[in-house]
Amino acid sequence: MKLLEVENLSLKIRDADILRDVTLSLDQSDILAITGESGSGKSMTALAIMRLLPHGAQATGRIHLAGTDLARLSETDMCDLRGNDIGMIFQEPMTALNPVHTIGRQVTETIRIHTGASPAEAETRAREVMTRVGLPPDRFPLSRHPHALSGGQRQRVVIAMAIALRPKLLIADEPTTALDVTTQAQILDLLRDLVADFGMGLIMITHDLAVVADMASHIAVMRGGEIVETGRTAALLRDMRHPYTRMLFEASSHEVALPVPPAPQPLLTVSDVHRSYRLPRRKLFERPETFKAVDGVSFTLMRGERLGLVGESGCGKSTLTRTILGLDPPQAGTILLDGAPVTMQGRPNPDVRRRIQVVFQDPFGSFNPRHRVARLITEPFHLLADPPQGAARQDAIAQALTAVGLQPDDATRHIHEFSGGQRQRIAIARALIIRPELILFDEAVSALDVSVRAQILDLIAALCRVYGLTYLFVSHDLSVVRSVTDRVMVMQSGRIVEEGRTEAVFSDPQHPYTRQLIAAAPKLPDIEALQRDVTHA
Amino acid sequence: MSKTLILGAGLSALFILLALVSLVWTPFDHTTLDIPGKLQTPGGTHLLGTDHLGRDIFSMIMVGARTSIAVALVALGIGLCFGIPLGLVAAMHRGGWLDELIMRGNDIVFAFPLLVMAILITAVFGPSATNAIIAFGIFNIPVFARVTRGGALPLWEREFILAARVAGKTRAHISVEHILPNVLNLLIVQGTIQFALGIQVEAALSFVGLGVQPPTPSLGRMLADAQTMVGFAPHLAIFPGLAIIGIVLGLNLLGDGLRDALDPRLQRRRG
Amino acid sequence: MLRYMLKRLVSLVLSLAVASLIIFAVIEIAPGDPASFMLGINAQPETLAALRAELGLDVSKAQRYVAWVGGMLTGDFGTSYTYRTPVAGMVADRIGVSIPLALYALVLSVVIAFPAGLYAAARRGRAGDLGVMGATQLGVAVPNFWFAMMLVLTFAINLRWFSAGGFPGWDDGVFAALKSLTLPAIALALPQAAILTRVMRSALLDVLGEDFMRTARAKGLSERQTLWRHGLRNALIPVLTIIGLQFSFLFAGTIIIEQVFYLPGLGRLIFQSISARDLIVVESVVMLVVFGVIVINFLVDLAYAVVDPRLRARA
Repeated sequence: MKLLEVENLSLKIRDADILRDVTLSLDQSDILAITGESGSGKSMTALAIMRLLPHGAQATGRIHLAGTDLARLSETDMCDLRGNDIGMIFQEPMTALNPVHTIGRQVTETIRIHTGASPAEAETRAREVMTRVGLPPDRFPLSRHPHALSGGQRQRVVIAMAIALRPKLLIADEPTTALDVTTQAQILDLLRDLVADFGMGLIMITHDLAVVADMASHIAVMRGGEIVETGRTAALLRDMRHPYTRMLFEASSHEVALPVPPAPQPLLTVSDVHRSYRLPRRKLFERPETFKAVDGVSFTLMRGERLGLVGESGCGKSTLTRTILGLDPPQAGTILLDGAPVTMQGRPNPDVRRRIQVVFQDPFGSFNPRHRVARLITEPFHLLADPPQGAARQDAIAQALTAVGLQPDDATRHIHEFSGGQRQRIAIARALIIRPELILFDEAVSALDVSVRAQILDLIAALCRVYGLTYLFVSHDLSVVRSVTDRVMVMQSGRIVEEGRTEAVFSDPQHPYTRQLIAAAPKLPDIEALQRDVTHA
Repeated sequence: MSKTLILGAGLSALFILLALVSLVWTPFDHTTLDIPGKLQTPGGTHLLGTDHLGRDIFSMIMVGARTSIAVALVALGIGLCFGIPLGLVAAMHRGGWLDELIMRGNDIVFAFPLLVMAILITAVFGPSATNAIIAFGIFNIPVFARVTRGGALPLWEREFILAARVAGKTRAHISVEHILPNVLNLLIVQGTIQFALGIQVEAALSFVGLGVQPPTPSLGRMLADAQTMVGFAPHLAIFPGLAIIGIVLGLNLLGDGLRDALDPRLQRRRG
Repeated sequence: MLRYMLKRLVSLVLSLAVASLIIFAVIEIAPGDPASFMLGINAQPETLAALRAELGLDVSKAQRYVAWVGGMLTGDFGTSYTYRTPVAGMVADRIGVSIPLALYALVLSVVIAFPAGLYAAARRGRAGDLGVMGATQLGVAVPNFWFAMMLVLTFAINLRWFSAGGFPGWDDGVFAALKSLTLPAIALALPQAAILTRVMRSALLDVLGEDFMRTARAKGLSERQTLWRHGLRNALIPVLTIIGLQFSFLFAGTIIIEQVFYLPGLGRLIFQSISARDLIVVESVVMLVVFGVIVINFLVDLAYAVVDPRLRARA
């Protein structure tokens, strides 16, 4: 008998179809990955199995867990089942724990409500579980509150709560999306070990196909509330019958063709830049400590070159970006564009600033919702001494929109009428409109679905051919940086630890940290090789 | 449009209209005394009866509502004029000494209960409507400063503000162009709440003799006069009280309705 | 935790200092000399000077401020200009009415608002919720002193369950005293209870949307258990703020309600002093009320730290 069988699960919220005829199954000790882009219904499938759907949702279909039809259970029986037979892990570890209770109390709670164990017994059990998930209580006392833990540690607490009673089924909804790549690798290893040790079934919900291919024994690909393709991982990767599956995998490993950069000629020179922040005081009569966000960074960016900057959260890449943009002056060191300083006496130098533009990460937050596109993308005109007026202005708007693949008519629309990918195009149009010599891409494709991300990367490559762009591409995503840069720098704790030709750094990393990063990043299997092997066999 | 919004707008409009009409017409002249016709019960020639001096209660309520609304509006204006710039400046310098100074100043003003502030001002300058307005106006300043700052702080972390800074705009320029329009919703909602509160404050201050002075009628003053007669002429107290409840209820419902209607999160869902 | 308390304590002392300066300065602006006001226009210059010396008015402003603050700190609130008796004694008599009344009202409003808010949040969108919310809209709109008059009309004049006003004092037994404070406390409490109910409900609804509430459900807690074990304490944080604000509101509110019920509290004292231009009494009573408000806010800040461990760590 299968551990979990879901048959024809359909879900409506008010009148909208959220899921249509979802059918899937899972054995003990197996890992099923449900993947798809945002809005595909993968999280809703998980919540439907847990019967934790939002108010007003109506589900139909059969959900059998070890022979019991969950859809027929009363809410009281479901409560007995949740946490006992099914555990669940969520995406956002920062908010998934109750901030006012200790982690010990939150883990023992699972144990006590289901087993009626005494507080002492529950605590003994909790200690074992915490040790199992890598938080031994002698180093991480149960009396800690969640705010004293890092994101990865909090996710371990959530896992401890979910597996404390050795459930038959564990559901993990994007469990590593909010984490850094090295932490992600550790959490994935932990989940894999737990599955092997306990013989649980694991449903892993993730948009990251590399994680899917790496972890899962079975894959289900979802789009628009339906499963478009499902099967054993190896077979599915080899065959990929559905065009959507093929498109997803192609987009995930998308590579773009950059034109050859011109002969090296320095444009941006960053020398020995420092920038630190004061930390809140620890003790009343002690000097507050400082945090060195950028600690002696130097590099040169050539005209027409595409330079990458990779690093994990908190490594200082955002601070460095802000400093280059002149938003925060460097505390020591100089940043020169063509020999002219970016900031003078702590104030941005207008002559330099009009030659640098930026594209931010969040396609939803980077525009004033009240303005129309024309006003939004012409905001950089404020930098020009003599901004174009009348027809010249209209021409500039039309040109910029056309360059990023939109229509000149789009100028009169509001930003909420556009999708995430279109908004990112508008952000690029805003950066291009005053023809800057340097563009900073600050995690510019990180919030996008893979298919949209591939299109935006193509657009950037196309703009390189037409406009000969020079850019600094800042990202935590190694595969993206690898495809759109000529040269790359790796940043750790405020310092550049390695720098070199992109291909050279990725294929033969020198610094231990770079090696660790590259090893931790999940990799897509070489699909063509898989297919070749089969043909030869 | 929600029912709350319609009911609130309707009720508020009704009372504001009554107050405005009183400028040109009232059923009876509210200044005419008619001692023989005093304390008439409601329902006769005088719709809501007459008071102890024979004045028409309905006319008094119309004029009184006008006074109360005027007092509340002027105090609201004081709060908006000083509170919004203070809030914008504090948010602009968030974390800096200027922000700290403005917010601590706010805290100090908050430490004075409104009534205590009114008492202090009255004790020194004597009771008058103007002093009631000043007291409530001062009270309103930190309210609006906080709402403005509170709404502006998360905006300053948004990327569209960074984009404007990259476009070379100064923080003051950004405050006016980008921040203010995006906190306007919050201010409108808070404005209706403070307006409603102003009606209650005028009534309370005038009731204890710290606000509007005779012979100007106001809803609070009518209640003060009625207090000693509540045993034998309860209508003197009941109707002005109901008028206060009506205006305040209307404005509060309007505020709630506006908050839901203007909430961008709800708007997006709708469409 | 200690650091947090220390920081709050420093800000408490600073607030008190600034507030006392403001009150002193405002009273100083008041036109007229208390001594000549007391003695009338025909006073002899010598008697005037003697009285000024007696009242401590013949020294510089800075010295007077220091003397006033120093006196307040040691419990000496000065001498009333009109009654020529120590202000401290007058205040002590009256405060025995005002503070119990404010506390009584606060307890009533919490006792009403907590269950009502929980009930409304638990049945959000349903008839029970709409009923409670409608009632609170009305409750917020009703002026407390008008409501007090209506209570007098109904329960004292018509039903004769309570007396229409007055206060027998605590010596005649606690029950009689509390009984005479009951109508005033209800009048004060109901509008505040309406506000608190709304805050309680919306705080609970906000918490219901939090991720950790979903985590708790995934552990196997029922909806009710989740609300009690995880929702309530988190919802308490905004509710505490409002309770703190309400206490100062109630404290000030007693001043008005005392007028309706003829209670011999601080309100009566302050209005008598204003009409008699007995500014030293006004000054001291105002400072006392402001002191009460600031101390309450300090206590609320400490309560935060008890409820929210993040605060203890951050400060």
